[in-house]
Amino acid sequence: MKLVMAIIKPFKLEAVREALTELGIQGLTVTEVKGYGRQKGHTEIYRGAEYAVSFLPKVKVEVAVDSDIADRAVEAIATAAKTGQIGDGKIFVLNVDKAVRIRTGETDSAAL
Amino acid sequence: MTIRSFLTANGGRLTGALAIAALSAVPAIAQDAEAAPAAGADTAFIFNTLLFLIGGFLVMWMAAGFAMLEAGMVRSKNVSMQLLKNVALYSIAGLMYWVVGYSLMYVDVTGWIGSFGAYSWPDAGVANEGDYSVASDWFFQMVFVATAASIVSGTLAERIKLWPFLIFVVVLTGFIYPILGSWKWGAGWLDAMGFQDFAGSTLVHSVGGWAALAGALLLGARQGKYASNGQIQPIPGSNMALATLGTFILWLGWFGFNGASQLAMGTNSDVSDVSRIFANTNLAAAGGVVAALLLTQLVYKRVDITFVLNGALAGLVSITAEPLTPSPLMAIIIGAIGGIIVVFTVPLLDKLKIDDVVGAIPVHLIAGIWGTLAVPLTNEGASFGVQLVGIVAYGIAAFAVSFIVFAILKATMGLRVSPEEELSGLDVAEVGVEAYPEFIASRVR
Repeated sequence: MKLVMAIIKPFKLEAVREALTELGIQGLTVTEVKGYGRQKGHTEIYRGAEYAVSFLPKVKVEVAVDSDIADRAVEAIATAAKTGQIGDGKIFVLNVDKAVRIRTGETDSAAL
Repeated sequence: MTIRSFLTANGGRLTGALAIAALSAVPAIAQDAEAAPAAGADTAFIFNTLLFLIGGFLVMWMAAGFAMLEAGMVRSKNVSMQLLKNVALYSIAGLMYWVVGYSLMYVDVTGWIGSFGAYSWPDAGVANEGDYSVASDWFFQMVFVATAASIVSGTLAERIKLWPFLIFVVVLTGFIYPILGSWKWGAGWLDAMGFQDFAGSTLVHSVGGWAALAGALLLGARQGKYASNGQIQPIPGSNMALATLGTFILWLGWFGFNGASQLAMGTNSDVSDVSRIFANTNLAAAGGVVAALLLTQLVYKRVDITFVLNGALAGLVSITAEPLTPSPLMAIIIGAIGGIIVVFTVPLLDKLKIDDVVGAIPVHLIAGIWGTLAVPLTNEGASFGVQLVGIVAYGIAAFAVSFIVFAILKATMGLRVSPEEELSGLDVAEVGVEAYPEFIASRVR
């Protein structure tokens, strides 16, 4: 099993969700986050003084999948979240040792 | 038949009874008009009183405007505190102005001070003597003192403790504002000199502004506002929608503030002057907005809405010292200069490390001084010299006394919350009720 973690532009969340659903993925977890990469922040102005907004709002999507569809999930997210502009985000893939569905006690693949 | 055409048909004569009928039953009066008797001496009394009452509740509503403006200009962790201070200060002002304020300002003024004592008005059902109802005048004057106190609240936001602030409000609304006000509006020494301040650019707005400045100097800036390298670190307000609503409420209230300061509506010329004041007041506010709009675009390449909102208020404060005599174009210019003052003096205060959260010092103090100085431009009865004497006298007195009161409070009970309380927010530390409990945001500043 793999955990696919994607940091994306917030307005791309719905497109990413649809792309993952098409793959048959049945659940995902979303967190509002802030951060920066090469995009850096931008400057805003308030009452005559400029200031840097270093951390930009992003959405973090986490989805646990069977290892055999992890690459397709990554590809689906990369396609759906891409605008071609700086700040599109990043995708990370991590190994998952164990999964448990709390309600039934099912484990691993059956729990996904 | 509209009310307007009815007035024309009657040659502009309108009796008090008819006017009230006209408001409630327009169709009926077409027939009754010819037979209507003149209402006589009561007419002026009724209309003067009506002006005080309508003007008074419009100015009362400015308390809501200040509350919304300040709620929008502070961070979300301090909103409950700001709202609490505004409702409390309005109420304290209302009580203190009855306990002693009105008498100090208007009753047996020696030239420098009135008399001590609670004010009263005729009993229920008893007709009033004079040109207007006594209670309507008290009510109208009371809401002005609340405005002066609101000004202080905005500047000192996000770091002052509740109780020392409220004690200052007791002194300001019960004593400082009324005693200083007696110098002009109580027919005191500045009035005798010919000082002119129609609705209070100096008496209300600058006095509030001087008190705010004294408090800001003793209180110090909010944590993180000025970095050790001298850099200004803006602390954006939490809600521009509330700040805009507050500005519009204040703008509406200002028609009462300036218009009803005509103090009479019983004759054609008086009600025409009230109308002229309404028009000039609106022109000045609009001038302040457009000036701030253009100037921020030119200077900063982007239009900062908080400057534009301040521009409206600065335009209003600027025209308050003389809303009657300026031509429409002069009203626009006077207001526009107010808007320009804001855009230049907000950064200036930051350079001096005077932290004014809502911009009350530029808007009320500096635009108030400008408005007072602008009176002789259109009013032949005023002179620059006397206006200057008034500005300096009010400046010294209001600043010095406020400074002393704040200094005593600082030495005895302390003015400022602890650094930890300031970081966690005054809503948690002082009020116990968060304005937005359902937003769990990590606070990075």
